[in-house]
Amino acid sequence: MTTITITTMPPVGAMIMLDFIWYAALAGIGITLMTGPLGCFIVWRRLSYFGDTLSHGALLGVGLSLFSGLPSQLAVFGVSVLIALLLSQLERSRRLSSDALLGLLSHSALALGVVTIAILGPTNIDLESLLFGDLLLVTQTDLIIIAFTVLLVWALLKWCWNAMVAATLSPELAAAEGQSPRLAQLALTLMIAGVIAVSIKLVGALLITAMLILPAAVARGLAKTPEQMAVMASLVGAFSVILGIAGAWHFDTPTGPSIVLAALTMFIITQVMTARRT
Amino acid sequence: MSMLIELNNAGLFAGGNWRARHISFAVDAGQIVTLIGPNGAGKSTSVKMALGIEKPTEGVCQRKPNLSVGYVPQKLAIDWTMPMSVERFMRLTNPLSDQEIQQALTDVGVFQHLHHPVTELSGGEFQRVLIARAIARRPELLVLDEPAQGIDVAGEAQIYQLIQQVRDQLNCGVLLISHDLHIVMGQTDTVVCINGHVCCHGSPTSVANNPEYQALFGPEAASQLAVYDHQHDHDHHHDHATCRGHDHA
Repeated sequence: MTTITITTMPPVGAMIMLDFIWYAALAGIGITLMTGPLGCFIVWRRLSYFGDTLSHGALLGVGLSLFSGLPSQLAVFGVSVLIALLLSQLERSRRLSSDALLGLLSHSALALGVVTIAILGPTNIDLESLLFGDLLLVTQTDLIIIAFTVLLVWALLKWCWNAMVAATLSPELAAAEGQSPRLAQLALTLMIAGVIAVSIKLVGALLITAMLILPAAVARGLAKTPEQMAVMASLVGAFSVILGIAGAWHFDTPTGPSIVLAALTMFIITQVMTARRT
Repeated sequence: MSMLIELNNAGLFAGGNWRARHISFAVDAGQIVTLIGPNGAGKSTSVKMALGIEKPTEGVCQRKPNLSVGYVPQKLAIDWTMPMSVERFMRLTNPLSDQEIQQALTDVGVFQHLHHPVTELSGGEFQRVLIARAIARRPELLVLDEPAQGIDVAGEAQIYQLIQQVRDQLNCGVLLISHDLHIVMGQTDTVVCINGHVCCHGSPTSVANNPEYQALFGPEAASQLAVYDHQHDHDHHHDHATCRGHDHA
C-alpha cells in the first residue's frame, strides 16, 4: 500500500504531533463537509450509480491532466461535467435504460482512464493510489484548494438549498410554484463533479462514492428533516475521518479504506439501534 | 377582471399521441374554474400546461408575470429516503411563520400531526396536508388536481367549503379538477368539460344541458347539476355553453 510504512505499532497519542496527520484530518473533514449534504441528495435521488460513474470517469481526467499538463483537479472536473452532460443527453434519447447507460459509461471511462494513463503517463505512476487515494499525501496546496471548494459548494448550497430540496421531492410541484428544477439539477451535478475533482487524489476513485453514501445513510436513521440529515451526514463523515485515520495509524492499515470502514461501523451501529427502537 | 392564466388552443404531443389538444380556458382572480371529464381525457395535462410544468407543443399559454401559485398535484409520492416532517413540508417552497402553518393545518384538521413524518400519514391525512400547504402560501392562484381523493365523505364537503372560503378571503383564482360533480358544481363559476379537447364550457347549468356533456356523463349527472343550480345564487344572464370543433385526439 502507499501509506507510510511504520514498523512498530505506534500509540495513537503520538500521532497528534505529526503535521501530515493534521493535514490528512483537515482535508478529510473538509471533504466530508461537502460529501455530507451532497451525499444526501445522492441518496434521495437514488444517484449512487451516477456518483460511481463520475468518480470512475475521474481517472480519465487524471490521465488527460498527465497528458496536457492541466492541474488534475481541473481536468477531473471537466471530464465529470462532460460525462454528466453526455449522460443526460443519452437518457433523453431512450435507447437504453439509465442503469445500463451508467454502467456502460462508468466502466468505459474507467478503462479509458487506465489505458490513457498507461500510454501517456510517466512509468512510475501509482494506479493503486488513484483507485484508493492517499490522505496522508495531502499538501498545503491541496488543503487550500479543498478549503476554497468547500466555500464555493456551501455558498451554492445556501443559495439553492430550498429549490434543490423541493425539486428532489417533486419536480412538478417545484416548477408549478416558481422554482427551477433544472437549475437545481445542474447545480447538484456541478457540485458533485467539483467534490470528486478535489477528493479523487485523497480518497480515490473507488471509495469516493462510499464517502457520499455511507454518512448520509447513517444520518437517515437519525434525522427528521432534510437539513438535519445533511448536517448529521457531515458530522458522521468527519467523525469517520478522525476514527479512520486513528485506526489506520494504530493498525497500520490504508487510510481511505479505514475511513470507509469507520463509517460502515457507524452505519451498522445506528441500524441496530433504530431496529431495536421500533 | 384580472386574468391569471389563459390557455389558447394549447396542445401537448408526447409519447406518440396528443395527450390533450385544442384546450382553451382562462382563470381570473376570484373565479373558480372546474375541469371535468373522463379518465385520461387530458385534464391533468391541461393543468400542467397552464402551470408551465409542461410546455405546450402547439398553442399559447399566458400567465400573469410572477404569478404565485399553490398547487395540489394529483399524485405526490414522497420517497422515504428523505426525512420530511409535516412542519418542514409546509415550508417546502416558501418561508411561513409558525402561526401561518398552525392556522392552515388547523383549517384542514390535521394540526395534531405537525411534527410527524409525512410518510406516516394516511392517504387522506396527507391529502389534507397538501391542501393546507397550498393554501398557507396565500397564492394568487390555487390549483387543485382532485383535492378530495382519499378523503372521507364528511371531510370532502368540508374541503370544498374551505376552498370557497379561501377564494373569498384571498380573492384568488381557483383551478380545480374533479370527479365530484355532485359537490363541485354548486360552487363553481365556470365548468370546462374536457375529453381530449374542450367539448363544452360555461356555467354549470349550461354545461349540464349540453348534449356532449350528457353523452359523456349520462342524463343522471345532468339532473344532479340541475338540483344544485337552484342553490346557486349568481348571475346567469350570459349563460351559454360554447361548443367547439370535434377533432377528437
